[in-house]
This record gives sequence, C-alpha cells and structure tokens, in this order.
Amino acid sequence: MTGWLQPHRVVMIALALALVLWSAFSLRWDWLAEYAPLMAEGIWNTIWILVVTSVLGMLLAIPLGLAQAAGPWYLAAPARAFCTVIRGTPLLLQLWLLYYGLGSLFPQFPWIRQSDLWPILRQAWPYAVLALTLSFAGYEGEVMRGAFKGVPRGQLEAAKAMGMPRLTILRRIWLPQAVQRALPTLGGETVLQLKATPLVATITVMDIYAVSSRVRQDTFIVYEPLLLLAVVYMCITGLIVLAFRWLERRVPQRVA
Amino acid sequence: MGQAAPETFAGLPPVRPEAIRIDDLRKSFGTVEVLRGVSLRACEGDVVAIIGGSGSGKSTLLRCINFLETPTSGRIVIGGEEIVLRPDGTPASRRQIEQARRRLGMVFQQFNLWSHKTVLENLTEVPVHVLGVPRAEAVARAMALLARVGLAEKAGAYPAFLSGGQQQRAAIARALAIEPRAMLFDEPTSALDPELVGEVLNVIRDLAAEGRTMILVTHEMKFAREVASHVIYLHNGLIEEQGPPAALFGAPRSDRLKKFLKSVS
Ligand SMILES: Nc1ncnc2c1ncn2[C@@H]1O[C@H](COP(=O)(O)OP(=O)(O)OP(=O)(O)O)[C@@H](O)[C@H]1O
Ligand SMILES: [Mg+2]
Repeated sequence: MTGWLQPHRVVMIALALALVLWSAFSLRWDWLAEYAPLMAEGIWNTIWILVVTSVLGMLLAIPLGLAQAAGPWYLAAPARAFCTVIRGTPLLLQLWLLYYGLGSLFPQFPWIRQSDLWPILRQAWPYAVLALTLSFAGYEGEVMRGAFKGVPRGQLEAAKAMGMPRLTILRRIWLPQAVQRALPTLGGETVLQLKATPLVATITVMDIYAVSSRVRQDTFIVYEPLLLLAVVYMCITGLIVLAFRWLERRVPQRVA
Repeated sequence: MGQAAPETFAGLPPVRPEAIRIDDLRKSFGTVEVLRGVSLRACEGDVVAIIGGSGSGKSTLLRCINFLETPTSGRIVIGGEEIVLRPDGTPASRRQIEQARRRLGMVFQQFNLWSHKTVLENLTEVPVHVLGVPRAEAVARAMALLARVGLAEKAGAYPAFLSGGQQQRAAIARALAIEPRAMLFDEPTSALDPELVGEVLNVIRDLAAEGRTMILVTHEMKFAREVASHVIYLHNGLIEEQGPPAALFGAPRSDRLKKFLKSVS
C-alpha cells in the first residue's frame, strides 16, 4: 500500500525534519514578522521579472533563431552577431551598461524628461527587464537556431508540396516542432534565468535577494536570511521544473 | 476553367483533357545540368511511370513539376494552366504555385508525415487550415480515406508508432485528402522493408484502377509494367526511350535501356 515509503526515504524524511526543526529552534527568526511584507514583495518582483523576461526573451529568440537557421544573410548576420555579443559578455556588464549608460543618457534630453514615459524610465526596473530579456533572447536564439534546423526538411517540403503558404508552414509545422525539440533545454535555461535575477539588486531593484541583503544590513543577522533565500529559489526552481514537465507531457512522446 | 480545349476530331471521341504537360524542361545544379530538355504529357487517367538509373534525374524531374525545385528553363502546364516563370526560371507568382501544388498530391520516398500530428491531423491539416473545409467534413473525408488505405484504427496514432508501410499509406491518404487532380510518387516503396512493399503497391494499384492520373518514379519494374499506361526511361537527364509498357519492357530498342533492364531484373 505504501510502496514509496521505503527505508531510505524514511531516513531522508527524518533528516529533513530534523534539519527544519533545528533551524526553527536554534536559529533566529524574530525578524521575520517585521520583514514579511517586504519579502513577499521581493518574491513577487523576482517571479514577475523572471516570467516577463523569459516570455519576452523567447518571443525575441524565435525570430533570432529563424533568421540564423533560414534567413537571408542580411538577417542571419545581425542575429548571429547579437547572440554572440550577448553570450560573450557578462550579464552584469550588460545590465550596468544599460542602467548607468542608457539610463544616464536619457535625462539629458528634455523631450524625454517631459514625455509620459519619463516616470517609468527614471526607475530601475525597466533596465533590469530589458537586460534580462536581451540576455535570455541571446541564449535562446541560439537554442532555437538549432531547434529550427533540427526539424526534418522533408516534413517542411511535404507542407510546401501541398500548397501551404510559407507563414502557415512556419506557424503550424515548423515552429511547433522546433519549440517541442527545444523544450527540455528551455526548462534548464529558465532555471538559469531565475538564478540570474539577483543581479538586478545591483541596480536597486527590490527582488528577493535585495530584500535578504537589506535584512542583513539592518539586523546583522547573516545566515537566516540566506537560508530562507536558498529555500525560496529552490521552490521557484521546483515550480519551473514542474511547469516544463507539464508542458513536455502535453505533447505526447513521438520519437519511438 | 482555363483549360486547354481538348482537341476533338469529327466523329472521334474527345481526347481526355491534359493534366500535366512539361515542355523542354532543363535544370542545373550549379554547373551540372541534371535535366537536359525533358518533355512529357499526362492526360487525365494516365499513369506515367518514370524509370532510370540512380542519378538520372527522376526525382529532380518530379520535384520540378510542383516547384520543389526551380527549373532553369522550360514550360510547365498543370490542368491547362501554364505556370508563369520569370526568365531565370523562378515562378512569377507564389500564389499561382501554391494553387498549382494543391492540384498535385505528392508522395515521398521518406513518407514525411508531420511527426507532431496524429495520422488524422496529418490528413485534415491542409483541408482545414489552408483550403477552409469545415472540420467535421474534413474529418469525415479523412476517416473514409484512412479506411480505404486500411488505417482506420490508426487515426489517433502518431507517425512514429507506425510501421514504414503504414506511414507510407498514411502519406498517400494525406495527399489524397486535398483532392488532387494528379498524384506524384517518388519511389514510394524504396525506403520500405521488402515485406512492406506489397501493401503500399496495393494502394497505388487501387488508385490506378479507379483512373487516377499519376506520375510514378519507381524501381519496381514489374509494378510499372502492370499499372503504367506510359513508361519513360530517363538517362542522364534525357528521355532515352518511352512508350507503352509492353513495348518498353518487352522490346527495348536502345542498348542502354536493355542494359538497365537487365541490371534491375
Ligand atoms: N539539391 C541538389 N544540389 C546539387 N545536386 C543535386 C541536388 N539534387 C540532386 N542533385 C544531383 O542531380 C542528379 C540527379 O538527381 P536525382 O535525385 O534527380 O536522381 P534520381 O534519378 O532521382 O536518382 P535516385 O534513383 O538515386 O533517386 C544527381 O547527380 C544528384 O547528385
Ligand atoms: Mg530519386
């Protein structure tokens, strides 16, 4: 009846329980109540930044991959250059270039300062979102290039031979199969993207990492916030893994 | 419709309308001329078999008919409608090509079923999403076609779970689902294990018997002799010999064809 309750699992569960109990009673958590709202905000910021930049990055990655896989040289070359530059430079550098470079250029133009966008552009998060989006696009553009190329040519020819317009072939045959091929890789890349998000704390965005630093600075408590931070990232990673597993299962296994 | 009027002679029944006509087709890959002026004609109900050695240009010829390859020069007329080509051989109108392709059902050596779709979805894809056939109607027609090729119970299966012979029969059904005026077969049994060849040939034989127009590239000489109304022997991008199957197989004239037939028998 309890097939999964095997000895080694029982030991693991006991160990985990012991760890939780130990950390609950012998570590300091009195700061938690005071900082809970801030932590909730931090978690929320981390999650929405992750989701938004992954989705936008993916939307950019599709044309980037397609241009490299099948585009004419004047599209393929810039796409390749973009992916190479993004992948060849640290994300932290890109983030700072955008925030301190672009962000400090904008105020010099009066028409920007007077525009309706200014209240947004003077904040930090647009630069965080832009940098993370471009970074994800750069890496996934490369993944999608391979995925597009991996779709058997014959299947595209069959579609062509039946008089399918090019855009329909892309939408109904090529893209679905490329994405399907890329899904396992994309799952891993999204986890990496999650772990790139703490960099936004360096430009004053209040993600969960920034909150834990703040707790440390205010209270001089070091380990407990970091421990909690680790738990939060692991939980989000778990959610990503589950989400991708669900996505992969929605398209049945066909490679017999 | 803009069909070439069938030539009629007083007192004689009208000639069947022309389904496919190719005039002086040439095709080069780089500096290599693979087709060196090929002309052929298939009237409705004709079964034209194309035979020839490896590399003689059979696939290229077939693929030029529906513009999977762009001819270097020549004239292609499908269902009485000439495909307008630019001087460099590329089609002038993408729409015209797409419409011409919908009148031709192509079957490939490697089946090329869409692997992310079930067999049924493979059959309904183009009718529903390109031709605008209502889904219920497309599904009903697809099921009838699948029953016809003996795959009714595989409708919900993905191609990877089918044997080669089943995949090829599904691919034939998929080509039939767009209700083409003519079928193009490129060595439909060459990728199959010997014991699976028969089931596919039976389906093609069946189509020939109901008077379908077909152009069939094949290595199955016995089968070509049996179903073809006209046989073309291609050698080095030229038609070396052609005629009714009895003549071509029974009394080949050219030495090349004699040698070729001896080598494949
Ligand atoms: N895309 C291509 N680029 C360059 N050369 C090609 C291309 N496609 C075909 N060829 C060449 O054209 C010639 C004819 O090829 P084709 O595939 O038409 O021959 P085939 O008669 O179908 O041969 P097989 O019986 O092996 O299928 C071959 O020499 C081949 O190498
Ligand atoms: Mg061939």
